[in-house]
Amino acid sequence: MSGAIVALSGWLETLAGDAEPWASYARYLPRIVDGLWLTLELIVVSGLIGLALAVPIALARVARAPALWMPAYGYIFFFRGTPLLVQIFLVYYGLSQFETLRAAGWLWDEVLSKPYWCAIIAFSLNTAAYTAELLRGAMLAVPRGEIEAAQSLGLTRADQLRRVILPRAFGIILPAYGNEVILMLKGSALASTITLLDLMGATRSVIARTYMSMEFFLLAGVLYLLIAALFIGLFRILERILNAHRHAPRRAAAPRP
Amino acid sequence: MKKLRTFSIALIVAGAAALALPAHAQKLRIATEGAYAPFNFVDASGKLQGFDVDIANALCEKMKVECEIVAQDWDGIIPGLQARRYDAIVASMSITAERERVVAFTKPYYSNVLAFIGAKDKPWATDASGQKKTLGAQRATIAGQYLEDKLGKTVNVKLYDTQDNAYLDLVAGRLDGMVSDKFPAYDWLQTEAGRNFEFKGADIDIDDKIAIAVRRQDKELRERLNAAIDAIVADGTYQAINARYFPFPIY
Repeated sequence: MSGAIVALSGWLETLAGDAEPWASYARYLPRIVDGLWLTLELIVVSGLIGLALAVPIALARVARAPALWMPAYGYIFFFRGTPLLVQIFLVYYGLSQFETLRAAGWLWDEVLSKPYWCAIIAFSLNTAAYTAELLRGAMLAVPRGEIEAAQSLGLTRADQLRRVILPRAFGIILPAYGNEVILMLKGSALASTITLLDLMGATRSVIARTYMSMEFFLLAGVLYLLIAALFIGLFRILERILNAHRHAPRRAAAPRP
Repeated sequence: MKKLRTFSIALIVAGAAALALPAHAQKLRIATEGAYAPFNFVDASGKLQGFDVDIANALCEKMKVECEIVAQDWDGIIPGLQARRYDAIVASMSITAERERVVAFTKPYYSNVLAFIGAKDKPWATDASGQKKTLGAQRATIAGQYLEDKLGKTVNVKLYDTQDNAYLDLVAGRLDGMVSDKFPAYDWLQTEAGRNFEFKGADIDIDDKIAIAVRRQDKELRERLNAAIDAIVADGTYQAINARYFPFPIY
């Protein structure tokens, strides 16, 4: 894969000759492509972890017992109310201040000492808070009649959640969740502040050598737009499948005989 | 009608005078980074301090202009100059061919060497396990480029937004070592955080001259700064500032 990219980069460079910024675009293509992959990886991995975390948090949030909803409320309040940059720095530079943590063996050596995992942790926790809040709203918005129907069928509370409320809630949050993923895509550029060479980090390190800030930030902007377009399309397809009942085919009714 | 015309002529003359005036009486705006102790840093009261700031002030005094020194992140320091947010950069900037394509440099006001830093209790030579070492440096600096160009194949390279963040990771153990400009590192090694670290191996002389950057078209400002640098070296102001920060000459 990367060998092919390097070859492509060399070929494009000879093609571009001395014409800037194309020659520089071609020369730094491998770095930018690596950055693009890392950005995608960060969003997909932390998006999945965040979604998995959001379900129990949302359930705790709608529970009646204070021991459940209060911590969930505090969690959501903190992560929605502080800048993502602060959260990243707290995980990356903040946690590393504790001697005991640095001596914690595996947890430090394999996870917290790696900027990649610090970014994943911060992004996952952040998106989990937003998604949990979306889910909470959606669970409360499931029509009463459907819950009553489930009750009258004798479903237990757990079965109601599993078979009725959560599937309906996921359908309801889908458009808003697509939005959250786009926001996370843009937030992921902050990973570059903790030495990760994501799309933004790669762009900045290229600009540090070429001083072509206009040209390369523009390129990065276009690439972010393309990823955003990809996710928008993906969520549109998901919406078609999961919320098919809302998208009845618009065909003229066949005339009755 | 006539009155109106007289008035508008007066207004135009006044406007033209106002435009012409700044050429000499204008404030000179100088950018520095503020995160590169002891050359430029923000002190406890929030003021910019350091060798660069002292030199900038001494030069302004020699040129008899009022100066305003502003802090600017390193990444955006050259674009900010081009955008006319300030007129000169006195921020320990090395003269490089790449930078010379976009800015003009004055004569050097000190020379820089690079050095490796590592923990005192760890041997520096390549370890037996054959595991790659992780070395850090600040992004968009000579040290960062040296690390990428000369050692990029043999070590893991990590680049930081600021020198301070790289020190944090060195102390945290995420880095086995750093490549840094020697003089600011000397300053850091004297601090509480840096006391377990030391210079490793030989200095790396990279013929690195530090100068003031101005816009390429501002030839007159460049000449005035050159004359002022000569003047402060000749009258001992420079040596007095040097002694405030280092026990050895750095010119």
